[in-house]
Amino acid sequence: MSGDSKYFARGKVAELRAELADVRKDKGFVRKKTTLKKIVANMTMSNNDMAALFPDVIACMSIPVLEIKKMCFLFLVNYGRMDPEKALKSLPILLNDMQDSNPLVRALALRTISYIHVREFIESSIKPTRILLRDTDPYVRKTAAITVAKLYDHNRTLVENTDLIDGLNSLLKDSNPTVVSSALAALTDIWERNDAIKLNIDHGNASKIVQILPDCSEWGQTYILEALMSYVPQTCQDAFMMAERISPRLQHSNSSVVLTCIRVILYLMNYIADQKEITGLCRKLSPPLVTLLAKGPEVQYLALKNAHLILQRRPEVLRNDIRVFFCKYNDPIYVKVTKLELIFMLANEDNIEEVLTELREYATEIDVHFVRKSVRAIGKLAIKIESAARTCIRALLELVSTKVSYIVQEATVVIRNIFRKYPNQYESIISTLCENLDSLDEPEAKAAMIWVIGQYADRIENSDVLLDDFLFTFAEEPVEVQLALLTATVKLFIQRPTKGQDLVPKVLKWATEETDNPDLRDRGYMYWRLLSTDPVAAKQIVMGEKPPITAETDRADPVLLEELCLNVGTLAAIYARPVQQIFRSARPRRLPESPALQRRYDDPLIASPNAAAFFDNNANEAAHQQAMQQVDAYFAGNQVQVNTQVANNNGGATGPATPYTPAPQSAQMGGYQSGDPFGMGMLVESLPMDQRQGGYVVNQGQPVQMYQPVVPSGDLLL
Amino acid sequence: MISGILIFNQKGENLIFRQFRNDFRGHRLSDQFRIQVISNAQVRSPILTLASVTYSHVKHENLYIVAVTKANVNAALVFEFLYRLIALGRSYFGKFDEEAVKNNFVLIYELLDEILDFGYPQNTETDTLKMYITTEGVKSEAMETSASQITMQATGAISWRRADVKYRKNEAFVDVIEDVNLLMSATGTVLRADVNGQIMMRAYLSGTPECKFGLNDRLLLDGDGLSRQTGNRAGTKATRAAAGSVTLEDCQFHQCVKLGKFDTDRIISFIPPDGEFELMRYRATENVNLPFRVHAIVNEIGKTKVEYQVAIKANYGSKLFATNVIVRIPTPLNTASISPRTSQGKAKYEPSENCIVWKLPRFPGQSEYVLSAEAMLTVMTNQKAWSRPPLSLNFNLLMFTSSGLLVRYLKVFEKSNYSSVKWVRYMTRAGSYEIRF
Repeated sequence: MSGDSKYFARGKVAELRAELADVRKDKGFVRKKTTLKKIVANMTMSNNDMAALFPDVIACMSIPVLEIKKMCFLFLVNYGRMDPEKALKSLPILLNDMQDSNPLVRALALRTISYIHVREFIESSIKPTRILLRDTDPYVRKTAAITVAKLYDHNRTLVENTDLIDGLNSLLKDSNPTVVSSALAALTDIWERNDAIKLNIDHGNASKIVQILPDCSEWGQTYILEALMSYVPQTCQDAFMMAERISPRLQHSNSSVVLTCIRVILYLMNYIADQKEITGLCRKLSPPLVTLLAKGPEVQYLALKNAHLILQRRPEVLRNDIRVFFCKYNDPIYVKVTKLELIFMLANEDNIEEVLTELREYATEIDVHFVRKSVRAIGKLAIKIESAARTCIRALLELVSTKVSYIVQEATVVIRNIFRKYPNQYESIISTLCENLDSLDEPEAKAAMIWVIGQYADRIENSDVLLDDFLFTFAEEPVEVQLALLTATVKLFIQRPTKGQDLVPKVLKWATEETDNPDLRDRGYMYWRLLSTDPVAAKQIVMGEKPPITAETDRADPVLLEELCLNVGTLAAIYARPVQQIFRSARPRRLPESPALQRRYDDPLIASPNAAAFFDNNANEAAHQQAMQQVDAYFAGNQVQVNTQVANNNGGATGPATPYTPAPQSAQMGGYQSGDPFGMGMLVESLPMDQRQGGYVVNQGQPVQMYQPVVPSGDLLL
Repeated sequence: MISGILIFNQKGENLIFRQFRNDFRGHRLSDQFRIQVISNAQVRSPILTLASVTYSHVKHENLYIVAVTKANVNAALVFEFLYRLIALGRSYFGKFDEEAVKNNFVLIYELLDEILDFGYPQNTETDTLKMYITTEGVKSEAMETSASQITMQATGAISWRRADVKYRKNEAFVDVIEDVNLLMSATGTVLRADVNGQIMMRAYLSGTPECKFGLNDRLLLDGDGLSRQTGNRAGTKATRAAAGSVTLEDCQFHQCVKLGKFDTDRIISFIPPDGEFELMRYRATENVNLPFRVHAIVNEIGKTKVEYQVAIKANYGSKLFATNVIVRIPTPLNTASISPRTSQGKAKYEPSENCIVWKLPRFPGQSEYVLSAEAMLTVMTNQKAWSRPPLSLNFNLLMFTSSGLLVRYLKVFEKSNYSSVKWVRYMTRAGSYEIRF
């Protein structure tokens, strides 16, 4: 053990310089080595004073000890940009090293010189790179291949004016597999950053590079598989053959090989017509995905997130494997939450009993967020699987009886949705909900409960008393609750005028005169005029039939899904949103046209991308939106238009909600539409937990902590 | 690809900082990570993206090992690389923790420069790397002679093995290690039972030996390897298991195994690295033999008492015995005292873990032991229902495989035709062996 930890101390430039300048006899350059180690340690501790030692370090570079040379190079790479003038002195040494007889030294010098983002270094490395691309040693050639990508990153035009890229291309025919895979990696890297560059791999070339797959290192295999995404099959037969040929890679122990291979197979499936072949391939994809669950938690998380995506595109994958996604008690929370999402997706009539037993278990765990998600999942299963609704509701009531505040609140929200889905079926449980009114303190739960009271005002004996209780704190409530209260009061008045007549004027007055919120005020005025103009029409509108809701929020928009499936295994797949929203410089991937390409946009449901947002934001808002739309028209005196609107709204089911986005959502989202770097467009569910009070959705690909506010000053080193 | 690798200790001090791309600049980003992950108690993901910069981290010992990336990179590659970095560190320093990193930081920089080029992982085979990056410090003179040999090795098709290995006695040890996972419901139904198997090999073989390895894999024995199907199969599983073969749900192999050959002929053929490595991993879900049956009755009596009756029976042959059996029986958070009684072994209440730990150093096959205990609870205001975490088991059981897997043969072919000695050992351990009550 060399015990270098003692060098991890802040050093002073002058002292270190003196040590380096020490001319006493230094056998084996031990003292120099020690001093350099101290400098490297200080560099790590971001002690930028070290840059002042530039001339002294360069002086050491010619010492014929590789370890010293490597430390000097590290110094150069780190500080080269800060002091290009002084760094230049090292250039001759590097250039000289590139002609060294030792291939390791040649490669080291080439690697180092191309890391330094200084014009002179870049320019003078062009020529040697060209020579070293044809070096006799494969190790040097593969280093040169990567160097081309590096130089391209530094200065695009400079490289484009040379024949370096051609040189890279010719390496694809190299006899050494590592060189070929490095050249492919470099080409892919260059392709990523310039939209003008095309990377075409025809069937012949693709076959050749697939042939060398077994001889490459695991990383090399990954690069080759990545490059295969640029191969466009021209016939279904070609596509299937290629998929079959790479499928043994699914058995590799390195998960990046496995996931990248899955990505390529999924991609190739788009070019296969035969359903049997597709099914066969899909069957091959499931076991490796499940096997990844035995890896470290981080890779498990990746596997689960990708499985979530793949399932949406190819539902036949993983169909029979729900049990493997049951949570272990000690799974990290991010694994548990993702498993829960998958369980929800895989749940069907056959396994619902098993799933509910499992979810009930999760609902008693410690992590609040996970518990909430579990409760919400139970509620959504009731909506997703009609035959299981009754069992799910029983499970929910059991949970409500625990009286744990956040469970009760979560259950209230989902029960509201169940009422929406199955009107007039389960109202008997309202009384149980009413027992727990006092434990509601979150806006979403309150709003849900208030909606229930308003909607069923005629069935709840003391609905006016309950509402009046809530109204007591009207002024302090968030706008989401205020809106719900306003509507519920109107509903109460319409259904039981005698009970509501004291409350309505009071609330309308608050909403119109004592609020700063324009949405609340507008809605208040709308109701006021509606009620005073035509009570019959008001009843029709306010208590009218509501569009149905579904639980299919887990189905992403097909265009997005297609894009994400081309990015399986990457970061974008984890965030489940358009690649360019997160990585603005990323080059978009699309399915290239080919005679063999199979199209599939046949599902009307997934063709309406906003259905998700519509359902999960407030289900009850739909009613208001409908009403408001109609009323607008009504007051415009345009009867014809009213009729068409009614027809539209009733028949249009879960049409895009965006044009009518209700007030609470826009208030919540406001900050994001302008300030959010990721452009969180349509789904409230995907906001980080701390930034939204309600909205926990079971089945959205929830990006965990996409964005967090930066805490000013937090130096932990002190 | 990877723009930078950072290593932090738990205090958030930066121990290693190496950047590979210009798109990520300065130490400001390491401050970001410190603030957003290390000092943030609510981190819920190993991946964090802040304005196009992604931090992927793995915690190991007392270290945070972080990869910084700027583009939409292959996330699996990033994590596999971080795992590999840890493995390399362990192989070089015995342990990869703060002390090891501080003691070897120069070497780690050297390694990083070698295994990542422009953020692309390069050869990461320990054996090859140890040829030219060593803890003793390298002498460039000595290297000249072997340099081209090293480069061939690092870029060659068998990058994991040196050509000049020599042993006087040629031996190969095979360890079949199975982690059996169980999740049993309170009513005794098996919710999930599966086996994650691992075949470790220690090869001390001269030259370039070509090995063939055979298991009692059902598909191979039935000879229908060509019409191979994966996924859930219907039909005659039980009868086949009785005939002594097992169904492997899936397997994954070390880089050295020729996957094409396995795919077509179901033959595991490889040239092993020198020394210890993981040859394959597999998964079995059918006919899992559970070594232990646990029967737990836990009654909450009022708000002040919980009664336990836990019985464990060993299901394996009476000639075998398990070692280091540890049963963890969760207790409510407000437990004041417990006095467990056992028919064998020692049981103790561990307040810090909130459970009774029952240790049985030796557990012969077919025997059955019981524990009974009474937990007295303190009365708390604001009492929340006890979440009843599952009871869990740990054990080691030699010469037993839960899946029923057996090694049928290991053949070694080498041009010098030496004879070699092979050893096989089986062990089953508890993976996550949980019983709800």
